[in-house]
Amino acid sequence: MIEIKDLHKSYKMGSNSLHVLKGINFSVEEGELVAIMGSSGSGKSTLLNILGMLDNSDSGEYILDGVPIKNLNETKAAQYRNKFLGFVFQSFNLINYKSALENVALPLYYQKVGRKERLEKSLKYLDQVGLKEWAEHLPSELSGGQKQRVAIARAMAAEPKVLLADEPTGALDSKTSYEVMDLIQKINDQGNTILIVTHEPDIADMCKRIVHLKDGVIIEDKKIKQVRAEQYV
Amino acid sequence: MFNRDRWKEILEVLTSNWFRTVLTAFGVFWGISILIILLSAGKGLENGIKQDFGDIATNTMFMWTRSTTKAYQGLPMGRRFNFKTEDVQSIRDKVPNLRYVSPRNQLGGFRGGNNVVRGLNAGAYNVYGDYPEIINQDPMTVTSGRFINYNDINEKRKVAIIGNGVKNDLYDKDEEVLGTYIKIQGVNFLVVGTYKKKSNNGDGEEGQKEIYVPFSAFSQAFNRGNNVGWMAITAHDGSSISALKESIINVMKTKHKIHPEDQRAVGYFDLYEQYNRVESLFGALKAVAYLVGIMVLLSGIIGVSNIMLIVIKERTKEIGIRRALGEDPWSIKKQILMESIFLTIISGMAGIIFGALFIYAVNALLDSVGPVDMFMNPSVSLGVVVIALIILIVSGLLAGFIPAQSAIKVRPIDALRTD
Repeated sequence: MIEIKDLHKSYKMGSNSLHVLKGINFSVEEGELVAIMGSSGSGKSTLLNILGMLDNSDSGEYILDGVPIKNLNETKAAQYRNKFLGFVFQSFNLINYKSALENVALPLYYQKVGRKERLEKSLKYLDQVGLKEWAEHLPSELSGGQKQRVAIARAMAAEPKVLLADEPTGALDSKTSYEVMDLIQKINDQGNTILIVTHEPDIADMCKRIVHLKDGVIIEDKKIKQVRAEQYV
Repeated sequence: MFNRDRWKEILEVLTSNWFRTVLTAFGVFWGISILIILLSAGKGLENGIKQDFGDIATNTMFMWTRSTTKAYQGLPMGRRFNFKTEDVQSIRDKVPNLRYVSPRNQLGGFRGGNNVVRGLNAGAYNVYGDYPEIINQDPMTVTSGRFINYNDINEKRKVAIIGNGVKNDLYDKDEEVLGTYIKIQGVNFLVVGTYKKKSNNGDGEEGQKEIYVPFSAFSQAFNRGNNVGWMAITAHDGSSISALKESIINVMKTKHKIHPEDQRAVGYFDLYEQYNRVESLFGALKAVAYLVGIMVLLSGIIGVSNIMLIVIKERTKEIGIRRALGEDPWSIKKQILMESIFLTIISGMAGIIFGALFIYAVNALLDSVGPVDMFMNPSVSLGVVVIALIILIVSGLLAGFIPAQSAIKVRPIDALRTD
């Protein structure tokens, strides 16, 4: 599903440049649930941004579902993001003047899905995350866990190839964190590919594979036995 | 364009901060109101001045004789001459595109002594010998009886059409006018009609104190032979009298043996030229009104642009989210442009309505206090409103352009990072 070869990325900070990713090689199969771990400054967020086509790499290859991702203009990148990727952010990033349902419907709107079909589909996804009754509520009327569940529903609504989650539980207490992880695991069980950036070991343990980053290189890449989140909910 | 979700969003964004939106809109509102009011004030002035031209056919020149200033073909300079009745036919034959060529004779005039008597009443009036066509060149309304016709001309009937001013001077209030006789310089004329004129040259009184009699009868009664005092010549609508006057005067010069370069022998007054001068003055006035109005509007538009920039700044993160979710940058640009156009058009419409109401109020005021000199019926045409709308759409586009550009310039990753 994802193939990365010798990926480099550096940021210019005034006169000196900061080499963040120093040759990453890494691939993800369909249906995997991967945790990317590392301390802050290890380059994990940069990697996720490049995977999410929000940022460009300096050199190296990135192939997503057989499509080489290179030299995209903004319009093309927007299309690919819409078609291939779903995003979940630490700070939820819901649009605060739109209801939960409208938020979920946004990616479908950008796919030019008709209004009626769009709302039906969105409601279905909201139902899957257990928030059907909250469809007409604004994000400000939802709790943190609910917001993140809406964000997950939004990320899934466009039926992406890969779900990218950047510290999805970073802003949540542990109980809600497990609820969200339970949801993510269930989505993974349906065969979806998911990448999670996290620095919490217990969250990483709920994935199927852990990739450790340190100073811009992968120092460890291991498959683990998944801890189901259900038991903590 | 007519996308329900897009419109919903535009409304959501614009109504999220009512006070700011209204303040911003006020700039455009004010600009377009000023534009409309200035244009209509210009129109009012124009109407007022043009009113002074009255109904007179503006594509007209008047021509009379003076003494020659150059010797020619054995004739001395300083020679006096007269137009003859045959000259009318020569002009008609030789110069195309003329609608009316009316020879005229005149008695009385400025500060003349009493020349008209009826019973015990007497007065000093302009008395004109005219052809029936004159009513088309110097329009008047026949209020009773009839105007001169060709039977009068052919039979040299001594009939007269008198102005309402003359009637008020010479007759009692309820007295029957038609069928009575007035004595013009000792010659009796039968009154067959009365007329009323709109003012011209700002002198309404004088216009009502004239008497029209048939040209032929005038010549005979007052011993003019076949002399013509002056001529009123009107061109067809398609061609301008100013262009034709040279050839008309040349015809007269040849006929009366005047040196071709004698500039002073034939006097004329080109009404069309005067009228055009006034027209171009109002053209300039209109240009000034547009300039000032658009300048004022411009400051309003800059205000809109400014606010849009701030809105973009506030929504940077939202725009980042939308782009991460896969919204086309073009779609974002379109959204911002539409917001700005929508805002300018709505406030502009309000401005147009306000301007129109203002004009309406001024009109009502003018009606109630009576006519004001040189100002009448200020108004804007539909064309002006359409132009104003076009200006608004263009300015909305301009106002939104820079903010829209800056909105998609921010990379989604940077946009997401701002908190």
